[in-house]
Amino acid sequence: MTLCFTWNIPAPGGGVAGEELCVGFDRDRAVRLLVLPAWFDEANKLRRFTLEVMRRLDGAGIDSLLPDLPGCNESLAPLVDQTLEGWREAAAAAAEALRATHVLAIRAGALLAPSALPGWHYAAQSGPKLLRGMLRARVIASRESGIAETSEGLGDEGRERGLVLGGWALGTAMIRALERAEPVPGPAQSAIPQSALGGAGLWLRAEPDHDAAQADRLAALILGGLAGDAP
Amino acid sequence: MTIMPTPDSAASDAALESELKDLIADVLGLDRAQVQAFGPGSGLFGHLPELDSMAVAGLLTEMEDRLGIVIEDDDVDGAMLETFGALLAFAKSKLDPL
Repeated sequence: MTLCFTWNIPAPGGGVAGEELCVGFDRDRAVRLLVLPAWFDEANKLRRFTLEVMRRLDGAGIDSLLPDLPGCNESLAPLVDQTLEGWREAAAAAAEALRATHVLAIRAGALLAPSALPGWHYAAQSGPKLLRGMLRARVIASRESGIAETSEGLGDEGRERGLVLGGWALGTAMIRALERAEPVPGPAQSAIPQSALGGAGLWLRAEPDHDAAQADRLAALILGGLAGDAP
Repeated sequence: MTIMPTPDSAASDAALESELKDLIADVLGLDRAQVQAFGPGSGLFGHLPELDSMAVAGLLTEMEDRLGIVIEDDDVDGAMLETFGALLAFAKSKLDPL
């Protein structure tokens, strides 16, 4: 049973600042895993994989919750207004609103993982690497259209005026913050590298794809970690 | 300065070729057997429908990570991506700059 419901982002002075969608397997069980997905183009490539991992965990008795952050998916908030700090606050607010006991952060989602929750960073991606890949894709696409751009020039433009990269509109604050953002696992969080899943990361694929064996493996590592094994 | 050929250079060339093929298979989601059959003249950009500009960016980023090289904007041109042989020569030149 997959559920879609909304969760509220609290306003600083009380009340509700915004309403966002959440996809979850929510049966009010003891372990409730907050899932912070990959970002932007990688989010599309990994969407099915992410849901498949959640489905496996549901079968094993684990609740999991995948909230939209402001500016993502069905959100009414403009992406260009979002900041790294704002997303961190939204992730923390989601953890509280959804009563999460653990966190699974995927790729750049690791930049947002609330450090107090125990959990896992799967194939964590740093801000600079994320930006480098997006800038490179834009430079290559521009060249194909006969427009000469450089990553360096675009980086300067992004810091001053914001940038649209691969169709994603990023504001200056987001770009400046990403240039220095490194994932830091919390004291009870451990890294799961791609090599632990076997095969290549699905975010690398040119088209969204699925790999049941990799989803099995990630779910098994999480279940093993919950059972007290070394994850 | 004289560059002495290292005894294992043929072995390391073969290893690089194999690694680059694995990387292409991983990034494009192609069958490994298909990619292992690539020769120097096998066409890449413009020949493989999977290799669009996003995939090229992914391929270059993955080459940087796995081969430990840095690829500048200016390095990237159509010729370097046209055939497997050209991409392999590029990777080799980045690893052994002479």
